Amino acid sequence: MGWFSKRKRTAPTPVKKDDIWVKCHACTAHVYREEWLSNLKVCPKCNFHDRISFQERLGLIIDDGSFHEFDKDLKAPDPLKFVDAKGRYADKTRQTTEKTGLNESVITGRGKIHGMRVVLAIMDFRFLGGSLGSGTGEKILSAARFALKHKMPYIVISASGGARMHEGILSLMQMAKTCAGIAQLHEAGLPYISVLTHPTTGGVSASFAMVGDVNIAEPKAMIGFAGRRVIEQTIKEELPDDFQTAEYLLEHGFIDHIVQRTEMKDCLYRILQYWSSK
Amino acid sequence: MEDSFDKTILELESRIEELKKLNMKPEVQFDSEISELEKKLKRTMKKTFSKLTPWQVVQVARHKNRPVLRDYIAMIFDEFIELHGDRCFGDDHGMIGGFAMIGKKRVILIGHQKGKTVEDQVKNNFGMASPDGYRKALRLMKLAEKYKLPVLSFIDTPGAYPGADAEARGQAEAIAKNLTEMAVLKTPIIVIVTGEGGSGGALGIGVGDAVLMLSNSIYSVISPEGCASILWRDGAKAPEAAAALKLTAPSLLELGVIDEIIQEPVGGAHRDYAATADAVKEALVRHTRRLQRYKIRKLVEKRYDKYARMGKL
Repeated sequence: MGWFSKRKRTAPTPVKKDDIWVKCHACTAHVYREEWLSNLKVCPKCNFHDRISFQERLGLIIDDGSFHEFDKDLKAPDPLKFVDAKGRYADKTRQTTEKTGLNESVITGRGKIHGMRVVLAIMDFRFLGGSLGSGTGEKILSAARFALKHKMPYIVISASGGARMHEGILSLMQMAKTCAGIAQLHEAGLPYISVLTHPTTGGVSASFAMVGDVNIAEPKAMIGFAGRRVIEQTIKEELPDDFQTAEYLLEHGFIDHIVQRTEMKDCLYRILQYWSSK
Repeated sequence: MEDSFDKTILELESRIEELKKLNMKPEVQFDSEISELEKKLKRTMKKTFSKLTPWQVVQVARHKNRPVLRDYIAMIFDEFIELHGDRCFGDDHGMIGGFAMIGKKRVILIGHQKGKTVEDQVKNNFGMASPDGYRKALRLMKLAEKYKLPVLSFIDTPGAYPGADAEARGQAEAIAKNLTEMAVLKTPIIVIVTGEGGSGGALGIGVGDAVLMLSNSIYSVISPEGCASILWRDGAKAPEAAAALKLTAPSLLELGVIDEIIQEPVGGAHRDYAATADAVKEALVRHTRRLQRYKIRKLVEKRYDKYARMGKL
C-alpha cells in the first residue's frame, strides 16, 4: 500500500437516532429508548402511556399460561371489494397480517387475573389503526356471548381510530352489533369493564368502549368522538392541550378511573373481587 | 364542485315555467309547445334518474329542496305534540321528537331536523345533533317503551356534531348509550333514512327492527369527501369514494343493512313532496302493523339476531 493512498473511511456507521431515542407523542421529550421500553412504553417525563401490542398487554394483565384465544383464524373480510388510491383493501390486510402476525384488530379469549376467570378482548393498533371492521365486531360479540353463556365478567381493552372505512356501512353496523352484545350482558347482570387506552376514538368510543359498568383509562390517553382537527375546523378555534385526554374525560364524568399500566392488573382484580364477593 | 347531471332537466323545467307564464296572456298560445316540452322533460328525467352514479345520488340526497322532517310531519302525521329537552342539559333543535299520530295510530316520533332556510339551518345546526339530541331521543324512546308505542325514527344528518362542547358533554357516550339501549328496547323501532345517513350521527337513532331507505338517500360510515381526503389524500376524489363506499340504497339492501327501499317519484323527492310522503306513510304504517304483531320478547330477539349477523363472514 502506497504511503499516500487514500485511507478508506472506517468510521463506524452512525447509529440511527431513532434507535436510541424515542420522542414522546404527548410532551415531545426525547427519551432513551431503553429507559422507555423498560418503563413499559410510558414516558418517564410526562407519564404518557403509549400504544403497546396485544402480547405486551396480555403479559401485563393475564396470568401466565392462562390465556386461551377465541376465533384465532378469523380474518378481516372484504365485503365491498374495496379499492382506494393505494390499491386493494384485501392486499392491505394481507400485508398487515404478514407484518404483524395479526388477523384482525382485536384478540379475544379467556384467561385469569390473579386466578379469577375473565373473558377478554384486546385491541391492537398495529392492525389498520385498531379500526373496527366486521371481523373485529364479530370477535367482540362472540366473546361477549361466551361471557354470557358461562356467566363470566367481560373486559374489553380498546385502542382504535374508529370504524374502518374499507368495509363501509358494515363497519358502522359493528357499532350496533357490539353494543347489542354488551346490552345482553347488562340484561343478564354480568359485569362489563371497558379499559380505554391511547387512542380510543370515533366509532369505538361511540360504541362498546364508552358503555362499561366501569370505564377505566390509561394516563393521557386520547379519547373522543371527533378528531381534533375536525373540531378545530368546525369551531375555528384552537383547543386546549388537555382536550380529549383521559384526564379531561375524568373531569367531565365519562370515566371512573385513570390507572397506571403497572397497576392495571391489580385494579381489575379488585373490581372483579368486589363483584364475586357474596 | 357542482355536479350538473340534471342541467338539461333544470333547463327544460325553467323553459316550461317561462312558457306557462307567457301562456297566461290571451294573445299567445303555447299549449302544444308546452306539452311537447313536458313530454321531453319526462323522458329525460326518467332516463337521467334511472342511472344515477353514487355521487349523483349523494347530490340528490343533500338537495336543498329535499323534504325535511317537519315537511314529513305536516304531510304524514295527524297529530304531533313536540316534546323538548334531554332533562340533562338542553334542547337540541337538530333532533326533534314527540307524540305523534299516523291515522289513528299513536307512535313516538324522533328524528333529525335539517331545516330549509339559512336561519332554520343554523338554529338546527344543519341536522348535526349534539349529545343533548341523542339523549332527548333516548328519553322519548324510553317513553315509547313505557307506553308500549312503536318508535318511528327519521334519519337525515351529515353526522353527529363535531364541536368542542359536544365532546365535553360526551358525544361518544350519548351515541354508545343509544346503541346499547336500542338493541334491547322493548317496543318496535322503525327507522327510515330520508336523506343523508351520516355515520354514527345516523346510527345513534338508527338501530331498528325495520330499516327503510328512500331510493335517493345515502347511508355511510364516512362522508365521501372525508373518505377521499383520507384514503385518496384528495377531497376532490369524492365521486370515487362514493362509489367505493357502496352508500346507495340498493347496495345497502344487498348487504343486508336495510330491509326495504321506498321508491321516490321520478326526479327525486324534492320534485314531488306529496307522492314521496304517500309512499313513506304507506311503508311506515305497513311495517308498524307487521311489527306490532310480534311478542316483544321475540321482537327483541329477532333484532339482536339481525345485528349479530351484520357483516358476518
